[in-house]
Amino acid sequence: MIEVEELSRRFGEVTAVDGVSFEVEPGQLFGFVGPNGAGKSTTINMLCTLLKPSGGRARIDGQDIVSRRDEIRQSIGLVFQDPTLDERLTARQNLQFTAMLYDMPARVVEARSRELLDMVALTEQIDRPVKTFSGGMKRRLEIVLGLLHHPKVLFLDEPTLGLDPQTRRQMWDYVVHMRDAEGLTVFLTTHYMDETEICDRIAIIDYGQIVACDTPDRLKASIGGDVVTLRTTDDAVAAAVLLERALQVERNGDGVRVRIERGDEFIPQAVRLLDADGRTTVMGVGLKRPTLDDVFVKLTGRAIREEEPSVDEKMRSRRMQRSRRQS
Amino acid sequence: MMNWRRSIRGAYAIWLRDVLALVQDRARLIGTLVGNVVMLVALGLGLGGAIGNIGGTASGIGVPYIQFLFPTMLCVTGTMSAVQSTMSIVWDREFGLMRKVLVAPLSRTSVALGKVGGGVTVAVIQGMILMLAIPFISIPVGVVQVAAIVVLLVLVSAVVTSLGILVAARQTSLQGFQVISLFVIMPLMLLTFGTALPMSGGRAGGVLRVLSEINPVAYGVDAVRQIALPGQLAASLTLHPPVIDAAILLGFFVLFLVPGVMLFRKQD
Repeated sequence: MIEVEELSRRFGEVTAVDGVSFEVEPGQLFGFVGPNGAGKSTTINMLCTLLKPSGGRARIDGQDIVSRRDEIRQSIGLVFQDPTLDERLTARQNLQFTAMLYDMPARVVEARSRELLDMVALTEQIDRPVKTFSGGMKRRLEIVLGLLHHPKVLFLDEPTLGLDPQTRRQMWDYVVHMRDAEGLTVFLTTHYMDETEICDRIAIIDYGQIVACDTPDRLKASIGGDVVTLRTTDDAVAAAVLLERALQVERNGDGVRVRIERGDEFIPQAVRLLDADGRTTVMGVGLKRPTLDDVFVKLTGRAIREEEPSVDEKMRSRRMQRSRRQS
Repeated sequence: MMNWRRSIRGAYAIWLRDVLALVQDRARLIGTLVGNVVMLVALGLGLGGAIGNIGGTASGIGVPYIQFLFPTMLCVTGTMSAVQSTMSIVWDREFGLMRKVLVAPLSRTSVALGKVGGGVTVAVIQGMILMLAIPFISIPVGVVQVAAIVVLLVLVSAVVTSLGILVAARQTSLQGFQVISLFVIMPLMLLTFGTALPMSGGRAGGVLRVLSEINPVAYGVDAVRQIALPGQLAASLTLHPPVIDAAILLGFFVLFLVPGVMLFRKQD
């Protein structure tokens, strides 16, 4: 559905995106993850025809993003981190405005908006001005607007930035629901690693280049398996027993640590094994699975953390608040 | 190539959004009305006290200053509103609203023309609100004159809106737009306010003379004044026949609109 080959974009001297290549299958939920400034937004802007690539090619649904812009615009929907709602208008008017931009017949709009508003539970609020909406309601309405014209690909650019955990979770529920119900292809960017767990595949981008691209499970497996910690009455004996089984064992202050794939299945085995030996008893177990954050650290040598918003972003949010107060 | 129906419908959507937003924004409507009426009355009576009748009292054709001021205030209202509307392009772009429009399957020309249409309509509505003051300051006009004034208001708003598009087309930040505004919009406003000083036909000299000739809005003021003031007096105070003024305004409109739309079409 999305094919990207050696896509690059330079801004003057700075190379924001440096020859990225990947493919997204139809109906896939594809995550594009990386720290702020890694090139996520630049890539998404190029795929959405808002920015011309400096080099490379990309196709969406077989159409080139440079030469077939109009076709692409018809087949994609977007939900961005910045609000695209007109706060001065009601939800219904925002829907009508979007429908007009996509030249949709009134009857189709009616049915489609009813279905989508129902999904995000905003049916009752349709005639309220958007400025009276909470942050979560606005984002839900954004989803409705992004999906209104039956896009084949939905682009989500940091869609959960600044949302409370409950709304974030709902967002992902809607996205997954639409993928399953309509075979929607979803391309999302985020710098919250944990959010990409729901993705079918993810690409990790850093300094404009893709450093890894695979399923979340395989990426996690690639950095070595789970860690099982066993607390026993005699750690030395326990370590010796487990070592006989040629396991990766190490002792530390509070127990015996075993690094192993499928740690959850190993735990009952280990308990049985030590019971059978009889010299020591298991008092407690702990299981730690690698997270995508660990994957990022392993690949880039540093942690992906929630960075402080830049001065520019702070200015923007302050000005937006001010404009809201005025209106 | 995009089809016409779609382009027109898209431009209409952009236009409708601006107009709906104005109608729904009662605070802005009332604010404009009150602000401009206060300005008209305060300046009209305040300056009027010092300047006295325009055209002298003895000749019998003189009018109160407030009547002389009215054409200026009308054009100022249209100009300010048009500037505000075009500022919203930069604003929308900065806050994502514009992104939604730009990723829709809609030509950039439709977007720009829809924006111009919206800016003009909003400016004309606000100007027409001020025109409600006409009977109260006893400007003697009939239906034909009112219609002519509205046409001129449309032209003035169109010129300023297209100038605004030209300035805003490539601006991505409000700061940048404000800096450029300082060199374009501020002088425009000051020169337009300057038309409220009774210097009469070309008596100002030098730089000021040149500046007021390149101020497009002044031609609107000139034309409205001729329509709103009694014939004899108008002839002594104004520069060109209204038709010439209108033609010059139209010229400015095209001069700003074409490069404005072209710049807007350019993709990053």
